Amino acid sequence: MMLLLIVIIPLLGAGFFGVFGHRQWAFSANIAFSAGTFLAACAMTVRVLHGGPILAFHQQFFIDPLNVFLVDLTAFVALTTSVFSRAYMRIEGHTGRLNPARLRVYHAMYQLFIFTMLLALTTNNIGVLWIAMEGATLSTALLVSLYRTPASLEAAWKYFILCGVGIALALFGTIMVYFAAHGVLGAYRALLWTHLDGVKDRLDPAIMTIAFVFLIVGYGTKVGLVPMHNWLPDAHAEGPTPISAVLSGLLLNVALYAIVRFKVLASGDTGAHWPGALMMGFGLASVLVAAFSLARQRDVKRLFSYSSIEHMGLATFAFGMGGPLATFAALLHMTVHSLTKSSVFFTSGHVAQKAGTQDMDRITGVMDRNPAMGWTLMLGSLAILGIPPFGIFASEFLILTAALRQDPWSVPFLILGLGVAFAAIFRKTQAMVFGATEIPRAPSPPSVFPSVLHLALVFGLGLYIPHALAVWYTEAARLAGP
Amino acid sequence: MPSFTSVINLFAALFLLVAFAMLSQRRLANLINLYAWQGAILSLGIATTAYGTGNTHLYASAALNGILKILVVPILLRRLVRRLDVQWDRESLVRIPTTMLIGLALVIFAFNASLPIAGLAHTVNHETVGIALASVLLSLLMMILRTTALSQVIGFLALENGLIFAATSVTYGMPMVIEFGIALDVIVGVFILGVFFFHIREQFDSLDLNRIEGRED
Repeated sequence: MMLLLIVIIPLLGAGFFGVFGHRQWAFSANIAFSAGTFLAACAMTVRVLHGGPILAFHQQFFIDPLNVFLVDLTAFVALTTSVFSRAYMRIEGHTGRLNPARLRVYHAMYQLFIFTMLLALTTNNIGVLWIAMEGATLSTALLVSLYRTPASLEAAWKYFILCGVGIALALFGTIMVYFAAHGVLGAYRALLWTHLDGVKDRLDPAIMTIAFVFLIVGYGTKVGLVPMHNWLPDAHAEGPTPISAVLSGLLLNVALYAIVRFKVLASGDTGAHWPGALMMGFGLASVLVAAFSLARQRDVKRLFSYSSIEHMGLATFAFGMGGPLATFAALLHMTVHSLTKSSVFFTSGHVAQKAGTQDMDRITGVMDRNPAMGWTLMLGSLAILGIPPFGIFASEFLILTAALRQDPWSVPFLILGLGVAFAAIFRKTQAMVFGATEIPRAPSPPSVFPSVLHLALVFGLGLYIPHALAVWYTEAARLAGP
Repeated sequence: MPSFTSVINLFAALFLLVAFAMLSQRRLANLINLYAWQGAILSLGIATTAYGTGNTHLYASAALNGILKILVVPILLRRLVRRLDVQWDRESLVRIPTTMLIGLALVIFAFNASLPIAGLAHTVNHETVGIALASVLLSLLMMILRTTALSQVIGFLALENGLIFAATSVTYGMPMVIEFGIALDVIVGVFILGVFFFHIREQFDSLDLNRIEGRED
């Protein structure tokens, strides 16, 4: 059963690396486990595309077009990040920031994190969804503080406490959903999403209101929505770069996925507007606050993590607007953001590693030192800013079009946010990439393959969305955005 | 059955009392004891509900919560406190009376906010959901006011107690699998935090978060 393989391979990987994670070949083994997961995900996708949604294991697992695309995205980014991590973490090992014990923790927790992400996506049980999201916090807390520097410990503590409290509020929300449903469905089925979806018109609106408010604040903390976003820049900046890439590219998506699932329930059959309005409010606030914070950043990884807040805000806003076009745009935006942002993190991680600092004022002349890295950083930044041929342009354009039609008042705010973000990021990256440097050319160019692959995909998605993919997104948009 | 409900209400009142006591307790060792007491009250409350309603799975939930919160977590925390050698540390709290007043305001707010929930629940102990929500808010307050890492964590664990209490009041608890999952997350969390405390201490020579967060951004 493919479905089971998807969650079992990373879990086995975690156990395996708990013992062998410090060996030299563990880097390659990490790629092998991630590749296995990705292949299983692909095989399952083919089955879902041909045979429709799957319900398995006493209805505890559920795959539909909405989550299958996120499963693929998660497995794919996990695979490319493991390829990047091999090159990056080896260099970290040479500079003495890693010892065998830390390396073992790193590999085991990496696979465990992928396991919790895939479990959260594939489960049909909203209780298991909660447990998996909490597991994601637990597995990454030690990774954020992997280098044990004062700043990284502070970041990990903030991450643990803020996300812990957030997730506790989400538990209260989950209990409230269970409470609303268990009179209608009985104790056994009241946590299964497919059943909840069937009776969403009969769930008490008063309780669902309370539940959704708790859930959006709770899971919204993990998405990094303003004002619960404080942990995000610290955790991204202080952890090892592969972890920044998977936190930004995967965790935020999965948390947003959880909110979207609950929005479907809270909107009921009539498509009540307030859950969407709540998401739009949080989303717009995130776009604006993040955009204005960008200009003040000095650390390259903090810069791009504020950009993640901005983009997740944009996706949340689009999901909140609802309707087929906006939801389609939001799903596309999640995909291209995830690919582009992990690519940008790969490159900026390498750049910071070579320069020996994450301070942007002290990084100059990347293009001179290593043209391949300079170009990927420049193109990645342009892609994340939504420059036309890249996919983010397409998704942002669709979101703005939908906003013009459905909520025109919001367009000036969105344009303002995107404009300010453009100015801030472009100015800073430009200064890093061009400009003079005395440092000689790097002798060994680090692995740019994963970044280039991601950018190529985003470029392709900007020019042309294959028919199969478009059908699939439309189907997912129908499920997610009533 | 009025007698069961009054026993459950008694436990609920004690639960809230312990939440207040934790808010004002300065010494770490006593804070852990209070946490264990809260766990005991929670577990007895669940057991009474099980007896009163004949809901057998609640006995398992009571046992799970009892073992975890009276024995496992307090033992882990006490070992941690001994090894970090902080059991006699006293926290310099600011203005306990003010804290208590804020706490009272939160309780009143929680009771009002929970009225619609309590009105819709058909459980025998639905009146206690206000108390559960109040203790959740008090734990949050405690996490905000405390400055040492360990007492923040105890606040976090107390928060989880309040949530389980809420689940029991409105729906006779979550399905057993989910309760096991939550318990697993709690234990793993305490272990990871234990490791974490040593790292923090190694770096900062202190568990006082003011010193950690006062650094330059």
